[in-house]
Amino acid sequence: QVSAALKEGRVTPTELCQRCLSLIKSTKFLNAYITVAEETALKQAEESEKRYRTGQPLGVLDGIPIAVKDNFNTAGIETTCASNMLKGYISPYSATVVQKLLDQGAVLLGKTNLDEFAMGSGSTDGIFGPVRNPWSYSRQYKEKSVLKSQSEDEESNWVISGGSSGGSAAAVSSFTCFAALGSDTGGSTRNPAAHCGVVGLKPTYGLISRHGLIPLVNSMDVPGILTRCVDDAAVVLGSLAGHDPKDSTTIQDNFKPFELPSLTDVSKLSIGIPKEYNAPGLSSEILALWSKAADLFKDAGAKVIEVSLPHTRYSIVCYHVLCTAEVASNMARFDGLEYGHRSNMNKSTESMYAATRREGFNDVVRGRILSGNYFLLKQNYENYFIKAQKVRRLIANDFVKVFQSGVDILLTPTTLSDAAPYMEFIKEDNRTRSAQDDILTQAANMAGLPAINVPTALSERGLPIGLQFIGRSFQEKQLLSVAKWFEKQVKFPVIQLEEVKRHDHDVFQHQKSASFS
Amino acid sequence: AVVRGCGGVWRRAWRRGAGGPAPAPAPRGQRAVACNARGGAVPAGKSGLAPWVPVVGLEIHAQISSNSKLFSGSQVQFAAPPNSLVSFFDASLPGTLPVLNRRCVEAAVMTGLALNCSINKKSLFDRKHYFYADLPAGYQITQQRVPIAVNGSLSYSLCIDSKTSQMVTKTVRIKQIQLEQDSGKSLHDDTRSQTLVDLNRAGVGLMEVVMEPDMFCGEEAAAAVRELQLILQTLGSSQAVMAEGQLRVDANVSVHHPGEPYGVRTEVKNINSIRFLAKAVDYEIQRQIEELENGGTILNETRAFDSKLGCTVPMRDKEGKQDYRFMPEPNLPPLILYDAKSLPANVNHQQVVNIDWIRERLPDLPSVKRAKLVERYGILPEHSFTLLNEDGLSEFFENVVKQTQMKPKKVIGWILNDLLSYLKQHSLTVKESPVSSFLLADLLNLLEKKEISSTAAKQVLAELWKAEGKTPLEIVKEKKLELIQDQKELEQICQAVIDGQENEVIMMVLG
Repeated sequence: QVSAALKEGRVTPTELCQRCLSLIKSTKFLNAYITVAEETALKQAEESEKRYRTGQPLGVLDGIPIAVKDNFNTAGIETTCASNMLKGYISPYSATVVQKLLDQGAVLLGKTNLDEFAMGSGSTDGIFGPVRNPWSYSRQYKEKSVLKSQSEDEESNWVISGGSSGGSAAAVSSFTCFAALGSDTGGSTRNPAAHCGVVGLKPTYGLISRHGLIPLVNSMDVPGILTRCVDDAAVVLGSLAGHDPKDSTTIQDNFKPFELPSLTDVSKLSIGIPKEYNAPGLSSEILALWSKAADLFKDAGAKVIEVSLPHTRYSIVCYHVLCTAEVASNMARFDGLEYGHRSNMNKSTESMYAATRREGFNDVVRGRILSGNYFLLKQNYENYFIKAQKVRRLIANDFVKVFQSGVDILLTPTTLSDAAPYMEFIKEDNRTRSAQDDILTQAANMAGLPAINVPTALSERGLPIGLQFIGRSFQEKQLLSVAKWFEKQVKFPVIQLEEVKRHDHDVFQHQKSASFS
Repeated sequence: AVVRGCGGVWRRAWRRGAGGPAPAPAPRGQRAVACNARGGAVPAGKSGLAPWVPVVGLEIHAQISSNSKLFSGSQVQFAAPPNSLVSFFDASLPGTLPVLNRRCVEAAVMTGLALNCSINKKSLFDRKHYFYADLPAGYQITQQRVPIAVNGSLSYSLCIDSKTSQMVTKTVRIKQIQLEQDSGKSLHDDTRSQTLVDLNRAGVGLMEVVMEPDMFCGEEAAAAVRELQLILQTLGSSQAVMAEGQLRVDANVSVHHPGEPYGVRTEVKNINSIRFLAKAVDYEIQRQIEELENGGTILNETRAFDSKLGCTVPMRDKEGKQDYRFMPEPNLPPLILYDAKSLPANVNHQQVVNIDWIRERLPDLPSVKRAKLVERYGILPEHSFTLLNEDGLSEFFENVVKQTQMKPKKVIGWILNDLLSYLKQHSLTVKESPVSSFLLADLLNLLEKKEISSTAAKQVLAELWKAEGKTPLEIVKEKKLELIQDQKELEQICQAVIDGQENEVIMMVLG
């Protein structure tokens, strides 16, 4: 919609950019952004405007305001990973995905908040503080939660955005940008997408370049796409996917962007319902929503069958070993020598390393480094790392078997429940939280499969609930087509942002045009 | 042996005694390690026990000769200004990823083939972790689990008797060749107590060649490394100049009694020439024997060779015993190589490495070159070694042979005795020789046509070294060195001599 408006000149890229910047200011309390690149964004918008004026826009994305999670390198704009280690770090290069977006005329508004080095599931554990879920300030939530707890002070009621790409999800959800990049290692894009009521796509491993994404787990990391609708996700995917000579793990072939068909007939589809995803702790309303969604497909003539992924229940332990091992390795480079934080301690090189890393990393990061190094010790390697790799293979094979049996798409919940209030969330430590929250999303990373969160309904508390579709490797087109069909059926409500309305009525009205494609 | 034995007892006495000056090092080298090149054991010392058998294995790092580094596009160049050849990846900036350099893979395959290895069609990369200032990522990418080439062998020859220059050929097994990254360089400035790091070398491709402990002395180790060096240079896979650090040798040394298991080994580092390699190994063998004979034990330690003192000394370990926490490198897919059979159809040839294609294009290796020289020119095998040992010398020899009627067997004498000894005396390479192959051939032709005597030829050569631009013939003319072929002229000269020595002639006639 916005893209058409830009083409027709109903709105100019600069106007659009300014509106977004102004919205970012009025929603500053969400803490979605770490850095707002106002100056460069306006410059990019100006460039875009020139192109539109001469009738030569670069494509659908030209002039579209976007945000990028702060673990993607952006030349000239700070990249912090929400860590003291990289506070003030300005990368000399841009990640391939960032460059691709810029090359297509997108306007980069800023860098979004996350858990330190993307380690977390709440966007609560970064040095810049937690991200607040925009739905905390929606009329939908307030109407329902205020009734219940009138006495409680408003400040303690706000709910988490989910994570670790919580800043990106909140940014999209609060209309401050039209699309945002997240990263997804165990669910970090889909989880906050579910909590913030936006579309969150984790593409197939190898489809999108990781060059310039500061890694968490190299063998599972995938740049994620957060948008307001499935069509937008398809457009962004089309602009990012394909071989990158700078990332040897990307597919060799070039990727052909596709236009999503509007499915009318799903009767030829076979939808798998993996029974293991009815996991302990799954809220009853999500369970109900899940089966309602299954019925939706059934009623439309699709074949809906229960399937089993027996090894999925080992995925949490397995992930813990593989993740921490890679974290221990990937974090070794932060020694204070070449870049980033360096401690003043100068008794010896070793003591400088130790102090730098103690000051630079939070407890979560240090804890993962410690356990990862333990798993990689010579005497433990065989018992932990090798075993975890084998389990990973079993988990992946489960999916292969199910897909070979004729199932096209798997339908599962994305999260166990709707977003928890911050005060509740922080009662448990990061490790426990991550283990619980990743449970439904992680297996797709283990197997490298594409998966997408589609916002489905509001919970009793007035908060978004999403469902997840998992597809076959590199079958994004099928996955997104089904997701689009589902999106159309469920008619997820638009967020009614009270705070923002109050602050910025005009701007908000314009931004309501949900999609850009 | 008596002196040495006394030294030993004496030393221990000193150690027991408290205080006093530090004991002088025991005299060494009283008995050079007897490398009889038959793999023989070193005779026992005063103890009269079974003889000692030294065992030597080598780990050799050869820098790959390539335009760019193993995993990044930065240039490879020796002695460039510090930190001028560093890409984002080399400095391990967050988010950067390795991209394998095809040329480095080809160099390793060539080397593997030349060393009779089996080439693994699928090899893997691993991370080896340790913290060090010149290792920016905190890990080195290497091939710990499945290296690119395994199970090879290297034949080398050494002279076992310097008088007869008799050669014997031996073989060392090659365990494996692995591709890995070089580290940067740290310079410690003690006065200002700071460390300076130069990352130009960080990420340059290395081939680590692991030689099994099949050698018995320094000479063997030196000969094996020299042969490897020649092979690498012939292939062009490494420039292999030790002085520039393109070839680095670590020696693993131990001694044991025949029939017993290998002894505890030490690793000797800091060896920067082939001559020092022989010295360091022999010193270490001798040291270990003495230590053991004196009732001591050998520590599994790293020792550095001090070329000034000619001995090995314990090195301060970087961080004590390390656990390298090996892990598969997740950013590089397995390295797949193809041969003619496995090469998939319609594949882009720029994208794949074909082992057979490389095999067909291997140049003649030094051993083949030597055999050809011996066969073609009828020279002695040991001469073929000398010819190949100097860069460009065999080509020089062949050029001279081509341009002269003199038999190759005679030419070789001039090359080895005259040319080579002159070059060595003046520390010149063959390329820097003031006398070209053309001039030498010219000179030898004069000799061959009996226009000058061989004594005169040497005189002419002495003039030629001055490189004044004169031809041999000009020098001969100038110095009147030609042999006289004219009967009458010869008679006249004789008559003149006789006339000049009238008294002597009379005395002789009178008897």
